[in-house]
Amino acid sequence: MKHTISVLLQNKPGVLSRVTGLFSGRGFNIESLAVNRTLDPEVSCLTLVTAGPESIIEQITKQLHKLIDVIKVTDMSEIECVEREMVLIRVKAVDATRAEVLRVIDIFRGKVVDVSPKSYAIELTGNDEKIQAVIDILKPIGIQEIVRTGTIAMARAKKTA
Amino acid sequence: MKITGAQAIMKCLKEQNVRVIFGFPGGAVIDLYDEIMRNEELTHVLVRHEQAAVHAADAYARVIGDVGVALVTSGPGATNTVTGIASAYLDSIPMVVFTGQVPTALIGNDAFQEVDIVGITRPCTKHNYLVKDPNELVATIREAFHIARTGRPGPVLIDLPKDVVAAKITFPEEKPIKMRTYRPTYEPHPGQIEKACQAMLAAKKPVLYVGGGVIAANANEEVTELARKLSIPVTMTLMGLGGFPGTDNLSMGMLGMHGTYYANMAVAECDLLIAVGARFDDRVTGRIDAFAPEAEIIHIDIDPSSISKNVEVDIPIVADCRHAVAAMNSWFNRSKEFNADKTAKKHEPWLEKIRGWKSKHPLGYVEETDVIKPQFVVQKLHELTGGDAIITTEVGQNQMWAAQFYHFNKPRAFMTSGGLGVMGYGFPAAIGAQMAAPDRVVIDIAGDGSIQMNIQELATARQYHCPVKIAILNNNYLGMVRQWQELFYDKRYSSTTLDVAPDFVALAQAYGAVGLRATKPSEVEPVIREALATDNLVIMDFVISREEGVYPMVPAGKATTEMLLV
Repeated sequence: MKHTISVLLQNKPGVLSRVTGLFSGRGFNIESLAVNRTLDPEVSCLTLVTAGPESIIEQITKQLHKLIDVIKVTDMSEIECVEREMVLIRVKAVDATRAEVLRVIDIFRGKVVDVSPKSYAIELTGNDEKIQAVIDILKPIGIQEIVRTGTIAMARAKKTA
Repeated sequence: MKITGAQAIMKCLKEQNVRVIFGFPGGAVIDLYDEIMRNEELTHVLVRHEQAAVHAADAYARVIGDVGVALVTSGPGATNTVTGIASAYLDSIPMVVFTGQVPTALIGNDAFQEVDIVGITRPCTKHNYLVKDPNELVATIREAFHIARTGRPGPVLIDLPKDVVAAKITFPEEKPIKMRTYRPTYEPHPGQIEKACQAMLAAKKPVLYVGGGVIAANANEEVTELARKLSIPVTMTLMGLGGFPGTDNLSMGMLGMHGTYYANMAVAECDLLIAVGARFDDRVTGRIDAFAPEAEIIHIDIDPSSISKNVEVDIPIVADCRHAVAAMNSWFNRSKEFNADKTAKKHEPWLEKIRGWKSKHPLGYVEETDVIKPQFVVQKLHELTGGDAIITTEVGQNQMWAAQFYHFNKPRAFMTSGGLGVMGYGFPAAIGAQMAAPDRVVIDIAGDGSIQMNIQELATARQYHCPVKIAILNNNYLGMVRQWQELFYDKRYSSTTLDVAPDFVALAQAYGAVGLRATKPSEVEPVIREALATDNLVIMDFVISREEGVYPMVPAGKATTEMLLV
């Protein structure tokens, strides 16, 4: 099963390679990875998506905790959270399909960010399922290039006061 | 007043109570060596290869129970430490390794003797640092020692660019270390202790499984108290030997691949397995689904990632072993349900069963009168040292015979590369142990193959007057691999016969040490006696039964009950 894991870590040189080295060295897989600073410039937030049986996920979180520079590890799949990813897709758009592409983009609330006579580049955000759905629909029309940011996630706030 | 980085490092070493370091100089660390020469409170042991410096620091740390320190130069000096660091990491040995580095301005330039040692050692250190700002130097060193010696101990590397060591800095005052991200759990959860103790009260066939964490945490007395209070039989891992008295009636010796028949049978049949500071290594468990299949498992470990890593644990206790076992002892002392005599009586049928296994297949070997059996040599070493020597080993058959036949009663007396299995560990380790305990007898039980992996340290031992006794169990083979080839590869001895070997007696003499040889069983005792009587470095060359094997043996991938016996 897929798990989105959020890791707060000290913003120091080499910290990212400690995390990725841990994954490659222990044979854990990374499906996507996104990392940037938080409000506190000394702290980075790293979000990664991994898959595996529960025992492996448990090892992953424990091994991440063990890294000296890691402040906090949260398995977002265990809590209520919002997950988002952004994707840029260059899709073939010739006379016959130009209107169709725009309709699809509109349905998924994407926007066109680059236009050429034969293609559109579109920007779209959503969770993994939504992005996969767009890709599946645009594929027959002709996707020329695709770039994804990797999933980021944020816990939902408590709904009761 | 400003001082240089090198002077600050000397002050840090004093602050951390470091009296001996092991190292080898080079261009990037000349400034440091200049200070070392002036430092009368510090003994620097000049090794002949950097790998040996790290193994020596490893054994030194094990004997004193605190951080060992090694110092090497950049580039090849640094890369030569990697095996030693990896070994210390797998064995959880507290250590700080200082490596020289090219000046900060040259880092990343492929400069002469430059290597990214922080990158190389990232997966085999507990943590590592490249100090780029001289003002961070002292705080970094303090933090490194703190990390090395607390929690699950381990090696920490500090990479020191030449200009940082030469820079002028103000030496900051020592403050208590507060780390935002690193706070090991020492105290056990009382609820888990309660659960574990209730499980122990209910068990009919319990086994204590003692690992290296017991020695690291100095928990041997607490573990011994618990075992005796509840009449629980005890087995130890290779790293745990000495964590419980090996000659005690409750001791079943080592378990696992070359463990005793009775220890492996007891683990297979127990209804409660109490793992203390052990990590369910594959050499211990054999085929994992057949390991302790009947047992409820309690696991005490300070490292949460060790728990339920290989074997699903029923009652996890994240804590320092000493604190956790002490809490169990006091629980039983307070408990109204617990009665030592009643528990002993309840366990009697179980202990009787273990005694039965032991008399059916005791640890032993086929004795012969014309050739020397390696097990006999280890038994004689045990007898003639009163079981009181510090034993280091190389890796392979020599290591297993030492573990099986030198019945360790005390902790910090057995140094071996348990996790990584480094041939060439034992001799430099013996030097490190001797530097830590000048008055103890230190013996390296070696093979003729592995002793040659760090044989150059004969010069170091002579230079620092370390009267180490090297006992070579010489079978002219790389014996353990040969044993596997004999058993599982139809006796195809590919590259395991050592066709050219040095004359070890002459070699010892070439270094000004004493060389002795025994070729018959009757010569074993006189040779050992002579070696123990001399205050010089000695090589004892025991020409042993060539194709002797280590038994019992659990073939790789088999259940631990499927042992090949003598």
